[in-house]
Amino acid sequence: MTLQITDLSLARGGVPVLAGLSFTLGPGRALILRGPNGVGKTTLLRTVAGLQPPLAGTITGAEDQIAYGGHSDGLKLGLTVTENLRFWAQIFGQRDFEPALEAFNLAELRDRPAGGLSAGQKRRLSLARLMVTRRPIWVLDEPTVSLDAASVQLFAASVEAHLAAGGSALMATHIDLGLDGDVLDLGPFKAKATAPVADGFDEVFL
Amino acid sequence: MIALLLRDLQLAFRAGGGFGLGLAFFLIVTVMVPFSVGPNSTTLGTIAPGVLWLGALLACLLSLDRLLALDWEDGSLDLLATAPLPLEGVLAVKALAHWITTGLPLVLVAPVLGVLLNLAPAGFFWITLSLLIGTPALSMIGTFGAALTVGLRRGGLLLSLLVMPLYVPTLIFGAEVARRGAAGFATETPLLMLAGITAGTLAFMPFAAAAVLRVNLR
Repeated sequence: MTLQITDLSLARGGVPVLAGLSFTLGPGRALILRGPNGVGKTTLLRTVAGLQPPLAGTITGAEDQIAYGGHSDGLKLGLTVTENLRFWAQIFGQRDFEPALEAFNLAELRDRPAGGLSAGQKRRLSLARLMVTRRPIWVLDEPTVSLDAASVQLFAASVEAHLAAGGSALMATHIDLGLDGDVLDLGPFKAKATAPVADGFDEVFL
Repeated sequence: MIALLLRDLQLAFRAGGGFGLGLAFFLIVTVMVPFSVGPNSTTLGTIAPGVLWLGALLACLLSLDRLLALDWEDGSLDLLATAPLPLEGVLAVKALAHWITTGLPLVLVAPVLGVLLNLAPAGFFWITLSLLIGTPALSMIGTFGAALTVGLRRGGLLLSLLVMPLYVPTLIFGAEVARRGAAGFATETPLLMLAGITAGTLAFMPFAAAAVLRVNLR
C-alpha cells in the first residue's frame, strides 16, 4: 500500500504551518520526519491519520490503512495489559495479540493493571498496540519518549520486522533508530504566510 | 462494537469507575425532598412524580462529563477515531454503556424511592415505565453534549448548561406520564410523545454527536 502526499498545506489553530509538501511512502519503506519544535510534525501526522482535514492538497492510500500512535499512550489504566491489547485487537477485527506481548517484552506484566506500569512500560504497551492492529502504515509521533535504550532496540526491531513484512512507517523522532529509512526535514516546507486563514469555521465563539 | 461496550461497562464497574455515583445522588436528592417541603404526605404524593423525574435527570447529568472526557485525556478517543468503527457507532455504543450504568439503575430504584415520597399506588408502574422509555434519550442527548464540550477546560458546567434545555421535552412528557398515571388518568398521549422523542433522539443524535466530535478532534 503506497501512501502518496501531494502538495499538502496544513494549518494548526487556523495558522498555516506547512505548505507545498509532497512525498511518497511505498511498502517496506520508513520515512523519518525531522524539524524544530512547532514546525508541524504532529499536525502532519494527525492529518495523515485522518484526524483533521488539510487546507489544500491530497492524501491517497491512507484510508483504513493507518495505525496511529500519538503523544498519549491511549491506555485504560484500570484494565490489565492483556485486556488493553485484547480490546484493540477486537476493535481492529484481530484475535492474536501474543506476538505483540512477546515483541515488546510485556509477557511478564500481562496481568498487571496498566495503571501500575512505569512510563516506559506504558509506552511499550502502547507500541505493542500497533502490531495488534495489523495495519500496513504506522504513523508515529515521538514513539520513543520515555523508552530506555533496550526498549528502543525492541521498538527498532519491531519496526524493521514490520517493514520486512511489507508495511511502512511514517514517524517523527529525534533518535537515530538505525533504520534504513529516508529522512525528511520539514523546515523548508514552512508556510510563508502567518495570517490566520478562514476555513469556514468560526472558532471564536468557543 | 461489542468489545467497546464491554470495555466501557468493565471500566465503570471497576474501582474509580464512578458506577453508583448517580444512583447515590438520586437517592440523596429524593431523601432531601421531604426535609425541604415538609412531611405532609398529600403534598409529597402530589409532587412525587415530578421530583423523581427531576432527580433522575440530574443524576443522569452528573456522570455525563466523564463519558468522553476520560477517553479524550488518555488519547483513546483519537485512536478510536482512526479505528475501523464508524464514529457514529462508537458514540451510540458509549451512550448505551452510559444508559446501562446510569439510566437503568435509576429506572429500577425509582419505585423504591417512590415509597419515600408517598407516591400513589397506581403511579409505581407509570414512573418505572416512563423512566424506562425516557432515560435512553437522556443518555443519547448527553453524549451529544459531551462530544460538543470534550477537550474544553471546565467543560462539565458548560455541558450541563447546554444539555439541560435539550432535556426539557423528555422531562415534560416523562413527568406528565408519571403524574397522570399516579392520578389515574389516561397516559397514552404523553407516553407516545415520550416514546417518539426517544426514538427520534436515538435515530439522529449519533450523527450529530459524531459530526461535532470530528470538529472537536481537529
